[in-house]
Amino acid sequence: MNILLEHETPATDLDQMEIVYQRPDALTDLATHYCPGCSHGVIHHLIAEVIDELGIRSHTIGVAPVGCAVFAYKYFNLDSCEAAHGRAPAMATGIKRVLPDHIVFTYQGDGDLASIGGNEILHAALRGERITVIFVNNAVYGMTGGQMAPTTLAGMKTTSSPAGRNPLTQGYPLHLTEMLATMPGVAYAVRRSMHSVAETRKTKKAIRHAFTAQQQGLGLSIVEILAACPTNWHVEPADALDYIRDRMLPEYPVGDFKVSEGLGDRRLGD
Amino acid sequence: MTRELWKGNEALAEAAIRAGVDAFFGYPITPQTELLEYMARRMPELGRTFLQAESEIAAINMVYGAACTGVRAMTSSSSPGISLMQEGFSYIAGSEAPCVVVDIMRGGPGLGNIQPGQADYFQITRSAGHGDFHPLVLAPATVQEAVDLAYISFDLAFRYRTLVLLAGDGALGQMMEPVEMPPMRTPDATQPDWALTGAKGRPPRTITSLYLDADELASVNARLQEKLKTIAAAEQRWECFMTDDADLLVVAFGTVARIAKSAVRAARAAGVRAGLFRPISLWPYPAPVLDGLVDQVQGVLVAEMNAGQMLEDVRAIVRGRTPIRFLGRTGGVIPMPDEITNELTHMTRVNHRTNGAGMKRDVE
Ligand SMILES: Cc1ncc(C[n+]2csc(CCOP(=O)(O)OP(=O)(O)O)c2C)c(N)n1
Ligand code: SF4
Ligand SMILES: [Mg+2]
Repeated sequence: MNILLEHETPATDLDQMEIVYQRPDALTDLATHYCPGCSHGVIHHLIAEVIDELGIRSHTIGVAPVGCAVFAYKYFNLDSCEAAHGRAPAMATGIKRVLPDHIVFTYQGDGDLASIGGNEILHAALRGERITVIFVNNAVYGMTGGQMAPTTLAGMKTTSSPAGRNPLTQGYPLHLTEMLATMPGVAYAVRRSMHSVAETRKTKKAIRHAFTAQQQGLGLSIVEILAACPTNWHVEPADALDYIRDRMLPEYPVGDFKVSEGLGDRRLGD
Repeated sequence: MTRELWKGNEALAEAAIRAGVDAFFGYPITPQTELLEYMARRMPELGRTFLQAESEIAAINMVYGAACTGVRAMTSSSSPGISLMQEGFSYIAGSEAPCVVVDIMRGGPGLGNIQPGQADYFQITRSAGHGDFHPLVLAPATVQEAVDLAYISFDLAFRYRTLVLLAGDGALGQMMEPVEMPPMRTPDATQPDWALTGAKGRPPRTITSLYLDADELASVNARLQEKLKTIAAAEQRWECFMTDDADLLVVAFGTVARIAKSAVRAARAAGVRAGLFRPISLWPYPAPVLDGLVDQVQGVLVAEMNAGQMLEDVRAIVRGRTPIRFLGRTGGVIPMPDEITNELTHMTRVNHRTNGAGMKRDVE
């Protein structure tokens, strides 16, 4: 991508130059703490772009998780709070119920959402809470150093499954988004991936649909995003993208599991 | 003003409504459930938020979320549910979100039973969650007092940005008494300057309990401790009943205190000059007042529906100056007035026998 930093550009040239890339309003100018090759920072960026495009920043409230993205509330330039581990959907419910005209979203990892917070997401979906859930699935507990998550692939070695996850004793990978798609309260449930530029663009579109579904009051919207954790996968950042494509995608195919009939800009495609 | 017959749980709910509660989130548990059911009926009628949560964990986190937007949010539960809420209490304390929680205590440990209990005194006053904090704990003894305390609970919660815990027991929740309900208040519409309302025309606000830097967290804790000191100095509440000339002092709270009142009257009728000290705020404990009474009495009887929890506070205040006797009932057994009176007459007899020099065996 072309990054244009204003202070590096001679003032005289500025008039002639077109700004092709800049920080979205919905992001602060803090440098993130994420590892090289981590998907979290890029996903923040996609969310912020969507929030800018929809013009909803000043009435959006974000709920950050416990996980590597715990400081998401520092990176988003909007009102936000930090939930207890897994409880973001409950906290978001409390916010949305008293501020129904606001846009409320949670940002959660796979350990946060699919393990400790399983009950909270399930029941928020059951009630059809008008919230948007950005579910970042990197198949491990990133923050605590790469332990097994419910989403860890069969056979995948983690610090707490050193011999590789054995589904017979440690369970099979959890397909939470597909589960949620079966619930009438869910308006939009899709899986996307960050393994290529093209897929990243599709991810952004899905995030946009998810926020639109909330604006239309259709129910809970969730975008699961297959994301890279090179640090805990012990691979180089570039190889991590191939790891998503070659290892994660066969278990977690991208796709639309539920798209509510009423969703306004469905024609935007994926 | 007219007095009407109200059930404790429902009276608490109506008082919170009249105090302006905006949002209630809860989960059924005996002996508290009528409070939730009352809210389920009344809150939607008034255009306010009611939601039955999937668990107490979710309920307290919904309260937390709603409280972050500056509204008056509350939940209610009973002992096992309060255990599940403790994670939330800690986050709420760390991020100073004001809210109100009602705990209608029952018998424990474990599933225990649904009889009245006070065995969660430590839990609510000492260890309401991980980290250094105390909720402001108020323990009414009558339905009227429950109403009056619920009515001011949001003012306290917002004044100090703290969790206010109204601690009753199954007896208080279930009993019916004549009550004078306070008038419906029009809640103050001004938004607190910390509330999450959307960053429109102002810099964004964040609410968090996370401070990775040790010095930063230390200074947050220092500020929280300062606040607790302010609360401790300003918010002690108690009742002294016939203590002026008392030789023996009963110390009891909540339902037991109310039983102790009858016992004190009966003891006086039998010629024993007894009095009752009843802490209404369990945290902060009204220590200075009790401390002042200790020197005038020949013995203190602590009565609780637990195995001796407030007893530890009383011991620390008495500091060996006078004998302490303990009457504890567990399992949901409520002490009878004559049991307390018998303890008091026993104490005078022992006092006479030993010439006030101390009591053997069952005293310390
Ligand atoms: C109640 C509780 N249990 C455990 C932890 C420790 N913990 C912090 S983050 C985390 C896992 C986060 O994993 P995930 O949600 O997948 O996010 P990631 O870091 O991978 O983005 C755990 C177990 C905690 N903070 N709180
Ligand atoms: S540990 Fe993994 S998820 Fe966490 S910041 Fe590093 S790469 Fe990202
Ligand atoms: Mg993860």
